Amino acid sequence: MMTLTFEDFKLGHFGTFGPRHVTREEILAFAAEFDPQPMHLDEEAASRSMLKGLSGSGWHLCSIMMRMMFDGFIGRTASLGSPGVNELRWLAPLRPGDDLTLDVEVAEARVSRSRPETGIVTFKGVIRNADGQVLCDMVSPIIVGRATGVMAEQGR
Amino acid sequence: MRFFEDIEIGARRELGSFTFTAELIKRFAAQFDPQRFHLDEEAGRNSLFGGLAASGWHVGSVCMKLLVADGQRQASEAAARGEKIAVWGPSPGFRELRWIRPVLAGDTISYASEVETLRTSEKRPEWGILQARNSGTNQRGEPVFSLLATAFVPRRNAA
Repeated sequence: MMTLTFEDFKLGHFGTFGPRHVTREEILAFAAEFDPQPMHLDEEAASRSMLKGLSGSGWHLCSIMMRMMFDGFIGRTASLGSPGVNELRWLAPLRPGDDLTLDVEVAEARVSRSRPETGIVTFKGVIRNADGQVLCDMVSPIIVGRATGVMAEQGR
Repeated sequence: MRFFEDIEIGARRELGSFTFTAELIKRFAAQFDPQRFHLDEEAGRNSLFGGLAASGWHVGSVCMKLLVADGQRQASEAAARGEKIAVWGPSPGFRELRWIRPVLAGDTISYASEVETLRTSEKRPEWGILQARNSGTNQRGEPVFSLLATAFVPRRNAA
């Protein structure tokens, strides 16, 4: 399979990925390890919380979004990693049994000044449940190799 | 955890530290972020990171883990003093997350949280809204991670 390079990321909608089914068991397992708040672990406490029912950790949702991006395109992209996330919003709770869809848009793409053999592609990701409700959106830059640099690498 | 009225801008909590072993880095990466530099030592050495590096989402999730543990410690201290316990609400999100330096296998990251802004919520008078800069520093004192988190904090008079 061809490796995607900086040149493959044009401004605008890039792709729709998923669905990814999320089970109660994985919500509880992630929460137990990384975010053991009652609203993520205990039905009774969760029903009294602002989110009115058991919900997945926001960091679990972020991590699932990362995996959906990997499976969708990052796994076949000359990705060199990311410097961060400009903004991330948790807009509605992740529920057990949700089927998640990820829409990815290229918001900005520019050649790196400090490493001209790479580019910086800023992605906007939006996660929705099966009802089309937006659970989370994120704007994050990823450093991606340029075609010339990647060809030199593969020819080594 | 504390109530909105008890929190001051500039207040800083040391949250404790966490060692990212190669095994933990690979386990998280295999599940959520299987890029080669998070799974394989040699691929990590050949990457911009210079070694087997933890997924940034792993670094952030561990910050959450230590924030929750610190909150539980504060809650049990408040309970021991016979005080009411504040149960914090969910977070609407964060801004300015920076993965400043790679977290490599064997690194021990110390996390801290410092309150930057406090405001009341017009829509939800029983809640205040707090922004805190959560950060991580490695064993050499180098910053590796930072974000500006937002959280709903209960107000004392509404509890």
